[in-house]
Amino acid sequence: MSSHDAPEPFATLPVAPKPALRRFHQARWDEEIVFELSRPGRRGVGVPAPDAPLVELPEAVARRTPPALPELSQNQVVRHYLRLSQETLGADFNIDVGQGTCTMKYSPKVNDSFARDPRVAALHPLQPESTVQGVLEIYWRLEQILKEISGMARVSLQPGAGSAAIYANIAMIRAYHAARGEGHRRDQVITTMFSHPSNAACAKVAGYEVITLMPDADGNPDIEALRAAVGPRTAALLITNPEDTGIFNPRIREFVELVHAAGGLACYDQANANGILGITRARDAGFDLCHFNLHKTFSTPHACGGPAAGACGVSEALVPFLPGPVVDRVAGDRAGGSFTLTAPERSVGKIRPFLGVTPNVVRAYAWVMALGAEGLREVAETAVLNNNYLLARVARIPGASVPWAERRRVEQVRYSWQQLAEETGVHSEEIGIRAADFGVHYWTSHHPYVVPEPFTLEPTESYSREDLDEYAAILAHVADEARKDPEFVRGAPYRQTVHKTDPVTLDDPAQWSPSWRAYLRKHGAKRPG
Amino acid sequence: MIVGLIVNPVAGLGGEVALKGSDGADVQARALALGAVPRARARAAAALRALRLRRPDAVVRTVAGPMGEDSALAAGVRHEVVHRPAGPATGAADTRAAVAALADVDLLLFAGGDGTARDVLDAGPRPPVLGVPAGVKVYSGCFAVSPAAAGAGAAAFDGRTAEAEVVDLDEEAHRAGGVGARLYGTVRVPAARARLSGRKTGSSAAPPGSAESIARAVVAAMRPGTAYALGPGATTLAVGRALGLELTPLGVDVVRDGAVLDRDVTEQRLLTLAMSQVTHGVLSVIGGQGFVVGRGNQQFSPRVLDALAGIVVLATQQKLAALGGRPLLVDTGDPLADAALAGHVRVVTGHRESVLYRIQSASEELP
Repeated sequence: MSSHDAPEPFATLPVAPKPALRRFHQARWDEEIVFELSRPGRRGVGVPAPDAPLVELPEAVARRTPPALPELSQNQVVRHYLRLSQETLGADFNIDVGQGTCTMKYSPKVNDSFARDPRVAALHPLQPESTVQGVLEIYWRLEQILKEISGMARVSLQPGAGSAAIYANIAMIRAYHAARGEGHRRDQVITTMFSHPSNAACAKVAGYEVITLMPDADGNPDIEALRAAVGPRTAALLITNPEDTGIFNPRIREFVELVHAAGGLACYDQANANGILGITRARDAGFDLCHFNLHKTFSTPHACGGPAAGACGVSEALVPFLPGPVVDRVAGDRAGGSFTLTAPERSVGKIRPFLGVTPNVVRAYAWVMALGAEGLREVAETAVLNNNYLLARVARIPGASVPWAERRRVEQVRYSWQQLAEETGVHSEEIGIRAADFGVHYWTSHHPYVVPEPFTLEPTESYSREDLDEYAAILAHVADEARKDPEFVRGAPYRQTVHKTDPVTLDDPAQWSPSWRAYLRKHGAKRPG
Repeated sequence: MIVGLIVNPVAGLGGEVALKGSDGADVQARALALGAVPRARARAAAALRALRLRRPDAVVRTVAGPMGEDSALAAGVRHEVVHRPAGPATGAADTRAAVAALADVDLLLFAGGDGTARDVLDAGPRPPVLGVPAGVKVYSGCFAVSPAAAGAGAAAFDGRTAEAEVVDLDEEAHRAGGVGARLYGTVRVPAARARLSGRKTGSSAAPPGSAESIARAVVAAMRPGTAYALGPGATTLAVGRALGLELTPLGVDVVRDGAVLDRDVTEQRLLTLAMSQVTHGVLSVIGGQGFVVGRGNQQFSPRVLDALAGIVVLATQQKLAALGGRPLLVDTGDPLADAALAGHVRVVTGHRESVLYRIQSASEELP
């Protein structure tokens, strides 16, 4: 038989059609904690002994004992972390629309290459300014862009994001009133139930009494409650818009004006800015302060609670209080000017060490420059379109509902499985866990649950229509399973790395262990099963 | 439309006089001796007036005398008396017999509290029911939020029903110093969630320490020489613990300068105190229902509320969130007193934390 006549090796094999949903199974490696892999003397790199004498460290900074780091070979380290990476449903791994309020957009990988570039990564924060002009210029340029986006007079990139940026805001508010001699009597901060809870928490940490407004019948914060709350003790309103429901408050200017009339400041938490970039501006609505989370809206990775970068913008009156240092452009030999670090006149100081989280600032700058002004607006419009497309899909799933349904949403929606839960006894957390068997996940809501049986989806601009269809199909499938076999859904997950974890170990200070040392102290040397 | 009506004429007697309930002939006699005024008949009449307004054609089928007929006459509704109690006593057996006699109505209204609801439950086969809140404790989910809401709910009844729980004070928990409720069974009620008060829920959904944080806030705000009348509830009990005092679980205790001034006071005694010195009321929210005044704390009558220097309302954020946007409710029985409390109230949710929350009369039409 000539080779011409040979059958295709696999031509006769039946090809299974692709299932409607993925036959996903998460990896399960039973991987030890890195400290448990440690063996004395094991090393990744054999460093040769120096042939020149070492500079002696001052006695004060020399360690007396070596650090308690795990001792492993290089391939063990690579294998360990690759395995762990397979045991997550990370942002680059799934259709990551389920972390509503987190804006889990795709972060282009090319931006990582800029952040890893030795001209950024190898800098020391204490280098002389003249040797870091390029990075300072990036800080300055990003500030100019963020000023334009927010309408604010100046923006500091020094704080971290999220709670750190909110804390920077409240510190500025406190300093502002103190400078006017009103600090002692303005001891109340107003926020809303659907604003990010860090607003209430940071105000409390800063010593303020916190008054929270509940939503009204339309899902907006209750303006009548605001009228009842404002007064001579009001220091500020800390508010998100759109709130975590995805509803844009059309009376936001009235909110600001009511607070201003009482002598308070209005502070805009722009954690949910992804659907309004290039469309509305904080200063145009009258806000005195605002902050962006560069790790959300401006496409730098979330980093699992790691170093996020915040951007705090303020009106002219609050510029002297900004956290510093900030970067100023001054006349100099360098083309385009020289750049120098300055501390604002009455700065609240540093929120993070040094001048900020430089890798994230570089990524955000690269992202904005790649898009341009028109591109930023297109991001917002696409995020809104995606969200309302997904809303139309999810709202059709029997058992799912959309509180305040008649309102269109901006960039996210807090949905409810209340009908399904009443019908089947299966709760939102259980639906979410079963969804993980298909390779996606979702987050429910901050506590307390104002929307019963909540789940919060934010599709951003990064996902295609097919992605959103797949996500909605998974939810519809699991809802159907709950109706047909609620016990089966309650027993999920079945295709995950671990079954269920005990939430007590996350909630109980006596048990939670953010480090190995804390783990040994609280639980002893042996891990359970 | 044929609506049945059963009134437990002694329901609610024990509230103002601090007896925590009205079950048993001896408790009722003591309540009357202490000056309690029967109010179940008037509240049943208010429900019938709301019914008549919306459904003038409705016929009320009821029990002779104080168990229904008096209320029907007061409300001016068309009615038929189909059952007469064996004697003047109006106990649990009378309620059960009346339910049997009214088994074929479209909807059975009953005016009472949780004890009456249990009697209705125990009566066996029964039509759909709807409670007119008239008892001291109204923890069950089968009650409308107010008499007017019961009448409106009956008028709007289209045959669709839902299950509602009958609960009553958990006596074991009560003896142990708690204020929990025990489930006794379920009845079918009109499927109109907005008008139902919802079953009382406990405070356990809140994170540990929430009640203690609220208690710290209350104690920190207490002024020397000022008296504080602490209403019933797990949250106010925590205020007592923060002061190092053991309070009456279901009663109203008055404290001043860190000591109990008077324990388990009646409405009359509370009025005397409030008239004679600066007194603030400290009230907790009934979980699941949102009642602040008029359920289990009838000592805070309209005249007492008028005499108080102010009231402080306490609830965890979880409790407020679980109301699903429904307002906090007051049901003093006096529209003017209810209106005086309506608006937005600062609910203390923790140490230096509060929520501005809408509060309104339970008789107001809910959305």
